[in-house]
Amino acid sequence: MKRVSPTLAAMAGVVAALTLGATGTAFAADAIAGAVQQQATNWTAIGMFLVFVAGTLVITYWAAFKTKTAKDFYSAGGGITGFQNGLAIAGDYMSAASFLGISALVYTSGFDGLIYSIGFLVGWPIILFLVAEQLRNLGKYTFADVASYRLQQTPIRTLAASGSLVVVALYLIAQMVGAGKLIQLLFGLPYLYALVIVGVLMIAYVTFGGMLATTWVQIIKACMLLGGATFMAFMVLRHFSFSPESMFKAATEVSPKGVAIMSPGTLVADPVSAISLGLALMFGTAGLPHILMRFFTVADAKAARKSVFFATGLIGYFYILTFIIGFGAITLVMSDPTFYTTAVGADGAAAYDKVKDLIGGTNMAAIHLADAVGGNLFLGFISAVAFATILAVVAGLTLAGASAVSHDLYASVIAKGRATDAQEIRVSKIATVVLGIVAIYLGYAFEQQNVAFMVGLAFAVAASCNFPVLLLSMFWKGLTTKGALIGGLLGLISAVALVVLGPTVWEKVLMHESGSAPFPYDNPALFSMAVAFAGIWLFSTLDRGQTARNESAAFESQYIRSETGLGASGASAH
Amino acid sequence: MQQELTRKIRNNPKFAELTQKRTKFGVQLSILMLAIYYGFILIVAFAPSVFGIPISGVITLGIPVGVFIIVAAFVLTGIYVRRANSEFDELNRQIIEEARR
Repeated sequence: MKRVSPTLAAMAGVVAALTLGATGTAFAADAIAGAVQQQATNWTAIGMFLVFVAGTLVITYWAAFKTKTAKDFYSAGGGITGFQNGLAIAGDYMSAASFLGISALVYTSGFDGLIYSIGFLVGWPIILFLVAEQLRNLGKYTFADVASYRLQQTPIRTLAASGSLVVVALYLIAQMVGAGKLIQLLFGLPYLYALVIVGVLMIAYVTFGGMLATTWVQIIKACMLLGGATFMAFMVLRHFSFSPESMFKAATEVSPKGVAIMSPGTLVADPVSAISLGLALMFGTAGLPHILMRFFTVADAKAARKSVFFATGLIGYFYILTFIIGFGAITLVMSDPTFYTTAVGADGAAAYDKVKDLIGGTNMAAIHLADAVGGNLFLGFISAVAFATILAVVAGLTLAGASAVSHDLYASVIAKGRATDAQEIRVSKIATVVLGIVAIYLGYAFEQQNVAFMVGLAFAVAASCNFPVLLLSMFWKGLTTKGALIGGLLGLISAVALVVLGPTVWEKVLMHESGSAPFPYDNPALFSMAVAFAGIWLFSTLDRGQTARNESAAFESQYIRSETGLGASGASAH
Repeated sequence: MQQELTRKIRNNPKFAELTQKRTKFGVQLSILMLAIYYGFILIVAFAPSVFGIPISGVITLGIPVGVFIIVAAFVLTGIYVRRANSEFDELNRQIIEEARR
């Protein structure tokens, strides 16, 4: 990394765009504006990444032999253990953005980074307390199985599949663009290489290995990321003789913000934005199709419970590590001019801005720290892990999207439940290939676009369309098809509309003048969730037809299954 | 057969006991988690200087509070899983067994 040429400050935020777009702050929004300058080819990183690819392809080959039925394909035969699933969920959640983006946020703003970590984490206990077991007891392959359990299949599956595909598409765009920019920075390879590598590998994982391969790719990546981050945090603490106090003290002395990095800054602007963001993070997580699918890969409700317990612990541990890594980067990277594009100052010494002049932008803070604490070999490892992270998340997203097409749209809506397992799997594989090609195209089409808001939008849609329908289908007897359909659509439309009318998209993407946004907040969840819940309640209550009465009557047996697990689909015998 | 099982479970007072206990426990823990999180967020939004109070050298009150919330999230899930794996699962097992009898 020290050899690389100067890069544009405009690329700061490349990774923040991947998930921190959800924050809707200026920090996340300034991201992928300009072109990223390609770096010198990093053969160590490429070599390490190839080792990862070889390992995951061996696993895919193994998984392909074990993947025969639709149940194997969608849910790994229900044979994943609670701990393995916890690791896989944590892997889905510990994206390149959580790692690079949050450590970058700590690097620039200190304490504020912790605020975001906490927001991302606290949704998990709520998922466990309210929906995890019921989800496992009612579902089979997709969350639409749960939502449509006692409602009409065609409209509800179509709605749920639309919600899933919108979320998957938005997420995919952000991940593909992020992958393209990261490959230029980390490996020194062209943008298009990243799209093709990610597209081809994810098609291979999903079509041949199904959920089993996708899960193991995610588990391996989670272990590599946790291992690498643990090593970095350990080396930072060792540097300060394991005294956090001397680490923080050194950081306040080096950072241009001084002691201000130890208290909340200006990132949480007003209470409405803060609450809206909190809702989106918390309940959006419970509406992400690729996360929800993971609950069907375990044997029973008990294992579903354990998954969330382990996932919460691992994610929490990871966020504490990123906090230490961010402070470590302040102390060890900011004081070393070799990590910066420098000019000669008036006194003849090297002069640089500790935030703006960081080579590759602030998102590279953790990457530079890897170099500082572990040398070139470890730098290569962390770069490979960062890219592998995107690949693993993209594979999970693609599987979720393909399942929505094959299991919900094809098998239930088009074939009306008459499709065989083999036909369903075939459609799913075709859908995977199509999604892979679409993802490559979208990554190409959006290269020059500002996509920072897309993951934020994905969370908002998940929280405002998928989550309300899912939650009420499980717990509210009065829910009817009409109510779920209209309310869910209102949630979907209002979330998208309010994001477009909000400051980030209206002013920074659509280039209207500053302050002209019709909707003042970046995150619409508080409002769009209210619209969805109110719509579902109103139109369910107004629905007094015979079908509505039948749907209410069917609640009881659904409730008994959801609470006791009686009749729940179990693990297949492997 | 399925209807018969459903009827037996519905009429078993243990089923009402299970759902009431579990729902109450889940809601209580959720409220606790939400109170902790939104308490934190509201202090950040309205009185950020509280978290800037130094407690030991340069370390401010906000740092241990933040770490506490992360640990609390994990501990609360642990508390739920512990009770669910023992008490609730046992009750659940009895309900299904009695229905199949």
